Amino acid sequence: MADVYLDNNATTRVDDEVVQAMLPFFTEQFGNPSSLHSFGNQVGLALKKARQSVQKLLGAEHDSEIIFTSCGTESDSTAILSALKAQPERKTVITTVVEHPAVLSLCDYLASEGYTVHKLPVDKKGRLDLDHYASLLDDDVAVVSVMWANNETGTLFPVEEMARMADEAGIMFHTDAVQAVGKVPIDLKNSAIHMLSLSGHKLHAPKGVGVLYLRRGTRFRPLLRGGHQERGRRAGTENAASIIAMGVAAERALEFMEHENTEVKRLRDKLEAGILAVVPHAFVTGDPDNRLPNTANIAFEYIEGEAILLLLNKVGIAASSGSACTSGSLEPSHVMRAMDIPYTAAHGTVRFSLSRYTTEEEIDRVIAAVPPIVAQLRKLSPYWSGSGPVEDPGKAFAPVYG
Amino acid sequence: MWDYSEKVKEHFYNPKNAGAVDGANAIGDVGSLSCGDALRLTLKVDPETDVILDAGFQTFGCGSAIASSSALTEMVKGLTLDDALKISNQDIADFLDGLPPEKMHCSVMGREALQAAVANYRGEELEDDHEEGALICKCFAIDEVMVRDTIRANKLSTVEDVTNYTKAGGGCSACHEGIERVLTEELAARGEVFVAAPTKAKKKKAAPVVAAEPAPAPVTEAPVAPPKMSNLQRIRRIETVLAAIRPTLQRDNGDVELIDVDGKNIYVKLTGACTGCQMASMTLGGIQQRLIEELGEFVKVIPVSAAAHAQMEV
Repeated sequence: MADVYLDNNATTRVDDEVVQAMLPFFTEQFGNPSSLHSFGNQVGLALKKARQSVQKLLGAEHDSEIIFTSCGTESDSTAILSALKAQPERKTVITTVVEHPAVLSLCDYLASEGYTVHKLPVDKKGRLDLDHYASLLDDDVAVVSVMWANNETGTLFPVEEMARMADEAGIMFHTDAVQAVGKVPIDLKNSAIHMLSLSGHKLHAPKGVGVLYLRRGTRFRPLLRGGHQERGRRAGTENAASIIAMGVAAERALEFMEHENTEVKRLRDKLEAGILAVVPHAFVTGDPDNRLPNTANIAFEYIEGEAILLLLNKVGIAASSGSACTSGSLEPSHVMRAMDIPYTAAHGTVRFSLSRYTTEEEIDRVIAAVPPIVAQLRKLSPYWSGSGPVEDPGKAFAPVYG
Repeated sequence: MWDYSEKVKEHFYNPKNAGAVDGANAIGDVGSLSCGDALRLTLKVDPETDVILDAGFQTFGCGSAIASSSALTEMVKGLTLDDALKISNQDIADFLDGLPPEKMHCSVMGREALQAAVANYRGEELEDDHEEGALICKCFAIDEVMVRDTIRANKLSTVEDVTNYTKAGGGCSACHEGIERVLTEELAARGEVFVAAPTKAKKKKAAPVVAAEPAPAPVTEAPVAPPKMSNLQRIRRIETVLAAIRPTLQRDNGDVELIDVDGKNIYVKLTGACTGCQMASMTLGGIQQRLIEELGEFVKVIPVSAAAHAQMEV
């Protein structure tokens, strides 16, 4: 029996059509797109086509607004650092507490360099307070960077509205849309978003290629200077094969957009309902009414996530966890902590993320596999006794250290 | 995913002695919910002989926490309490054929649970000396609290110092940024400013030798020549340096002993856990570096094995 892959927010299988499209660019059409001769010229035309496919997926007005990069992280760094470089008189960045480390670590670094960083808090469902956000929009803010969808819970932020608010205040708005692109329809030309980051490998393209969308007219300072590639906005020889793959992946993502929001969503809902119907003391984290169609993040109380993953892995099911142990840190996921999920549950969160390749059979298998694993681990837990948590867990088990 | 040994997997998938022991008369609760690890160890001890008749565990934690708990219960059964207390966290890790550095704290938790259970049985108060911070050096599993405490206790001011005292930063060097950050904060706290070591691609192995043969230098830059030490003064100085390093080695259950001084050659013996430790050569390098700095001359630290030592004394 093949293994079940429910970790598509981490990375995805490369689409077969995508692989076929990129292969000739390793051996037959290996030219440098900057070259004048026919070897290079062919590649240049293929890149143009890929750029237009991405433009279409994002609903961008011009294909020159698409800049290919090496990954989502590079796009994030380029966007935020560009905004600061281009507006040296502005020293403040606004972001959220639940961003991906690609943005959060950079912002922490900027704070240590003397910039002011406002991290918008979230409520228990992972939602932002827009009145609070509005109160922070002043002339010192160089850029607002807010993720479109959260990678752990799938919760969607109202980035289009937030971008409008920033734009009206004359502030650049960047969104890390790595998890959203390909899963939710995006129409940038009718938005006020100035910059957007995406990553190829989250939408069935290979790893090592990303995109920065840069609205025409947005002041920009490149991160990498050198050759004239990407109109001088991202120097370095193009990763031609992967960019071409990215283009095809973008086309395929548009084709599957409806499937993602109907069939994938149905399977996700079935998985969630199936598990929650049988496993007590478990709940969905984030905002269930406003999230990506493919993501289910479930907290299993009184047990630890890594242990769950190891046992799932043993029966051929791949998922991921926000537990401290899976990352090697001592704190559980910053996203769970930000939502004020109690430690007894935060360590036991498991993220199931589906894709267009997920089948009904696979979901049935996972629904059957999860309850006994949770029961097995609870049997070992000092917070669990018989068929429920011990009475007053905080008192019944009070460790000496800690 | 973690690189767990087969033994860890075995104890995780099929844990031994899971659940509380009936009629337990020694209970040790340790861990911290915020860290995602908590363990209750229950023992049944024969009041006549102090022998552990049965052991059980309940663990909230990851794969290696559960495996460490299971291993611990297997290890202590049949031992007297005193013998059981001799089990170190390294013994637990060894029993499991090793743990990844990020997971060594799981074995520490096992040892702490044992101490707590014995204290509970004997009606003693247990001193809580446990503190753990985020991991800084992944090569040697050194956390921030350890780095910070060592910097404070020994007034360290360079990354190299930190490596010599704690091993942190002695491997891949990727954590040097983190160590510099802690140093900057700690130095600021004592009113000093962190100054980074000069950029150099090659380790300055040859530099001290050059210093030993001072070239004629402009008068203004001429360093004050270290006053010539008598042999006795010199040996005392060496002893002082070793005494300063000793607590760091003892923390890892090791030690160092001065055997002989012969010109530039300083013979030492590494004992305890230092014997056969893969880190021994690095530890020696650290000791040598400290001695060179303290004595202001180039010296060579030479390890002496027990056998060679005996021979030398003959």
